[in-house]
Amino acid sequence: MADVLAFAEQRDGAVRGVARESVSAAARIAPGLGAQVHALVLGAPGIGAAAADLGRFGAAVVYAAEHPALADYNAEGYAAVVADQVRSSGYAAVIFPATTLGKDLAPRVAALLDVPLAGDVTGLEVAGGALTALRPVYAGKAFAQVRLHATPALVTIRPNVFQPVESPAAGAVETFTPAVEPGNWKVRLVERKAAGEGALDVSEATVVVCGGRGMKDPSNWALLEALRDAIGDGAALGASRAVVDAGWRPHGEQVGQTGKTVAPKLYIAVGISGAIQHLAGMRTSKTIVAVNKDPDAPIFNVADYGVVGDLFAVLPRLTEEVKALKAKG
Amino acid sequence: MDVIVCVKRVPDSEARIRIGEGAAAIDPTGVKFIMSPYDEYAVEAALRTKEAAGSGEVTLVTLGDEASQETLRAGLAMGADRAVLLAGKPTQDGLATAKALAAELAGSPAALILFGVKAADGDQQQVGPMTATLLGLPCATGVGSFEVKGDSVVCHREVEGGVEVLELRLPAVLTITKGVYDPRYASLKGIMAAKKKPLEQKAAATGDSRLTVEKLAYPPERAPGRIVGQGPDAAAELVRLLREEANAL
Repeated sequence: MADVLAFAEQRDGAVRGVARESVSAAARIAPGLGAQVHALVLGAPGIGAAAADLGRFGAAVVYAAEHPALADYNAEGYAAVVADQVRSSGYAAVIFPATTLGKDLAPRVAALLDVPLAGDVTGLEVAGGALTALRPVYAGKAFAQVRLHATPALVTIRPNVFQPVESPAAGAVETFTPAVEPGNWKVRLVERKAAGEGALDVSEATVVVCGGRGMKDPSNWALLEALRDAIGDGAALGASRAVVDAGWRPHGEQVGQTGKTVAPKLYIAVGISGAIQHLAGMRTSKTIVAVNKDPDAPIFNVADYGVVGDLFAVLPRLTEEVKALKAKG
Repeated sequence: MDVIVCVKRVPDSEARIRIGEGAAAIDPTGVKFIMSPYDEYAVEAALRTKEAAGSGEVTLVTLGDEASQETLRAGLAMGADRAVLLAGKPTQDGLATAKALAAELAGSPAALILFGVKAADGDQQQVGPMTATLLGLPCATGVGSFEVKGDSVVCHREVEGGVEVLELRLPAVLTITKGVYDPRYASLKGIMAAKKKPLEQKAAATGDSRLTVEKLAYPPERAPGRIVGQGPDAAAELVRLLREEANAL
């Protein structure tokens, strides 16, 4: 029986958290397919050792394609190596993360292999040996159950949805040197500029602190930053479409139908009324908190916990309380 | 410089979505359809590229039914020069769509082929890079701004935690996101002129759709929440609930 391959994303030589999610998602569907889980990581020499830990989440084999030219993501090089691995081992399914990298890479692999791809999947099921995927459409206003009529079935999975689950397997690292020809690549990475030290993307954060027009002025974002910093690791800032359109915040932070769809453990909406296109982008968050002065704001219809009041009075107190809680441990 | 923009007709992002009978598709009754907002950025980027070059043509291409003519006319009203409607049924199988587009675009003299980063209906974010791969062209996705320099194009794209600068050899495929390309409004003159611009219609070569929608459903309802309190004094109780009840902090 063909196995399941999980693409393990790395950056700067470190395997990213989403790689564990891909391996765990693969481990979830593997039994129904009578399959083993393989992981594939691409990077500079030494990346295999960095990925050995994926055995803990269910990878029987960790293939490591090591080459200096693969240290940084390059679409042409990565797509060719992944497609070669899939062709040579004949997988039943291949799982990518729906990250910026995964969403750039997976469609190219699909085109090289001539198989369809289901993007940004939030559920995977195996019935009678066939895979179906659940995916949000219309930015989460509806969910489509889709069937892939080709082998391998390719999917990208939404970050934060498939939680890593420990499920120890052999995790045998098999390192190889793929044939890559950087001289033929038509795309060159000129530079990568970090937005800020350790800045976490809103789509991968476990806690999102999101500000809307009620914040009144971009300078007031210091209040949201203070709350984010009090929450600490895993927290990121988000923004509503109104404030991105006003030029207060970068589009990379926008949550909603023309921005990012997020599913964090905790979503804190501050000064956001809750337009339908915004709700679509965050309603699958596990816990939703809303702070708004208007008790009739639609955001309260999806919020688990609401605070009605002036955010400029509520936010500093909330930050203090979070700090006090964190200080207690 | 010739630029091609691939666009799609989608429901307005403010529209309420109702699932149609049989649960296989949405009920389009009363839904306003627009050009996907990301495609509007791409059209704007194409027009600016042509203007900066001082010559060339902007061609719009879409795959869809007759109603997609309206979407193409909207892009022509913005300033595009001509349009091609590949008549066929839109599918969630992005590769089938990409094959139809690649069949149309193969051998095109255009220096740039632009897409919106994703269509605001399926949200799959795949047709652009698939089409590029089928055509053997370099591709950058999620581009917020770009500049043509000689026989290459320099792109800025947002990635997690930063910005990447990529240089691609022309011809190239770019998928455009919200960045510097605020779409222009069509002028009355533009709208009148659009009616006379060439709009060619031909059958789409999509082939079989190998990704099928079995069922559409509404998102799971959220259990009713509660108002914890009024004003700053509610903060302490909120934090307690987040820790003890929701296990979220």
